[in-house]
Amino acid sequence: MLDGMPAPATPEAPAGWDFSDVVGSDSSLRRFLHGLPGVDQVGAEARAAQLGTRSIKTTAKAFALDLAIRMVDLTTLEGQDTPGKVRALAAKAMRPDPSDPTCPPAAAVCVYPDMVADVKQVLGDSGVKVASVATAFPSGRAALDVKLADTRDAVAAGADEIDMVIDRGAFLSGRYLQVFEEIVAVREACTAADGREAHLKVIFETGELQTLDNVRRASWLAMMAGGHFIKTSTGKVQPAATLPVTLVMLEAVRDFREATGQMVGVKPAGGIRSSKDAIKYLVMVNEVAGADWLDPDWFRFGASTLLNDLLMQRTKMTTGRYSGPDYFTLD
Amino acid sequence: MAARVDVRKTYKLYIGGAFPRSESGHSYAVEDAKGGFVANAALASRKDARDAVVAARAAFKGWAGRTAYNRAQVLYRVAEVMEDRRPQFSLAVQQSEGLNAGRADKVVDTAIDRLVWYAGWADKIAQVTGNANPVAGPFFNLSTPEPTGVVAVLAPQRSSLLGLVTTLAPVVVTGNTVVVVSSYARPLPAVTFAEVLATSDVPGGVVNLLTGSAATVAPWLASHMDVNAIDLVGVAGDAALATDLEVAAAENLKRVRRAPAAEPDWAAEPGLDTMTDFLETKTVWHPIGV
Repeated sequence: MLDGMPAPATPEAPAGWDFSDVVGSDSSLRRFLHGLPGVDQVGAEARAAQLGTRSIKTTAKAFALDLAIRMVDLTTLEGQDTPGKVRALAAKAMRPDPSDPTCPPAAAVCVYPDMVADVKQVLGDSGVKVASVATAFPSGRAALDVKLADTRDAVAAGADEIDMVIDRGAFLSGRYLQVFEEIVAVREACTAADGREAHLKVIFETGELQTLDNVRRASWLAMMAGGHFIKTSTGKVQPAATLPVTLVMLEAVRDFREATGQMVGVKPAGGIRSSKDAIKYLVMVNEVAGADWLDPDWFRFGASTLLNDLLMQRTKMTTGRYSGPDYFTLD
Repeated sequence: MAARVDVRKTYKLYIGGAFPRSESGHSYAVEDAKGGFVANAALASRKDARDAVVAARAAFKGWAGRTAYNRAQVLYRVAEVMEDRRPQFSLAVQQSEGLNAGRADKVVDTAIDRLVWYAGWADKIAQVTGNANPVAGPFFNLSTPEPTGVVAVLAPQRSSLLGLVTTLAPVVVTGNTVVVVSSYARPLPAVTFAEVLATSDVPGGVVNLLTGSAATVAPWLASHMDVNAIDLVGVAGDAALATDLEVAAAENLKRVRRAPAAEPDWAAEPGLDTMTDFLETKTVWHPIGV
């Protein structure tokens, strides 16, 4: 959090807009979502490109790099993941740069549900969270009870955060209430037997939503359904996160807080590989949503290779010479 | 009839097989030996050097993994394309070094012959510098040369073509990838050489060419942790700068080819050191009879 910034308005903000009548039926939900103002695609792309030209140097750059490291959800979602690999990744999340004790830890480690227990064992109470994908990731093509069981498994294994995928087929064919109710059900499944509640991130897979209008609709849908975070992509579909898509989502969380007083986080994932890209996203967060979102609680990067580039840039700033990939772990 | 308007050229860098402008946006005027304007060249910045190192690193595995025979063919092809462009190279050398046409032609011929000579060495260097070592045990013990990695080459300031080829070819032929900083005052033969590389079979990133000041760019290359070796011949005569670069290079134990007091005679036949200076020796033990 930046010095002198107002605290997030979440808890004490007025209840604001009551949307219970909107989500009461499929037709009222469709009427609301299609009544949202359309997104000017050319304008969004131009705005994103313009924000990407900001020059962030010296102390601001050092701040941005450290902040970006703290926002990384270090991710591995491969069929070939082994307990050894995810443990190594968890160790890296706690101490990204073992040679520099001032380097902050990453935000979370993001894995498949069956790996959660291994990761949790390594992370312990270090403060680094365990995030687990769930609900038949990445396609989301399974029956609701299977998705819910998937989610409960991950929560029971100790996941602090659940990354669910929406049913894009239902969304694209206009069955919004089904998507809404699925998110609500998964959110309920995020509460463990002992009352501990995992945060819910809702993945849209924006590469499959076709238009920015759909991204805006999905954002509002997920926020009204109670998602704590809205996330762009699984990383398995191209294009993954892009600046214009994230711009639309940041506008949505900003507008949602204005309307309801509730703050929702944003997580672009996939395709963000360089520090330069990461800093462009941070500039956009600050300019579009506001400085309140410049915090790992409200903005995350879903990435794996990004962390090494951030560390290389950080090392360059502290030592004054360019570093190389040989000096950092591969995963 | 109206006189034709000059087509004034602003050359660019050669990084990763593409010709980008300098990240800094800067360029500088290149003059011929008599002080007349010839063209503009891109003035490389430290970030261009950084990008070039990334490109060279990305290309290293593929280039070092090619068979020596194939690298020989690729280098020979470069010589072929240079041969086709002899008049252009000759003119560039005349402008840069102030030589007459006859002497410039001879420089170009020597440079092309030198490239062919080094191309021939690609599949022979391992036989000459490698070894089957006698050991007291039932083992084959074989030493073979392997490329060092990414090599920064500060090309000679005076000999803009022959010196460039003679420092560059031996590094590339053995499987290293290279970031070259060309002569500051005489960059145009190097730029033309980059165009030859781009239109021959050399994979992008194997040779990356920066035009600009060695004094500006070289410290970043010398201290770069992902550069494995550096050839300082381009700062020959500047002992203070050479020392600074050697000190910076010590951080990751780079191999350093030290700067001579003055540029050598490039026409003389180079020895094998030009190649072996950027080779590592790998020794394997293999049980006999398995």
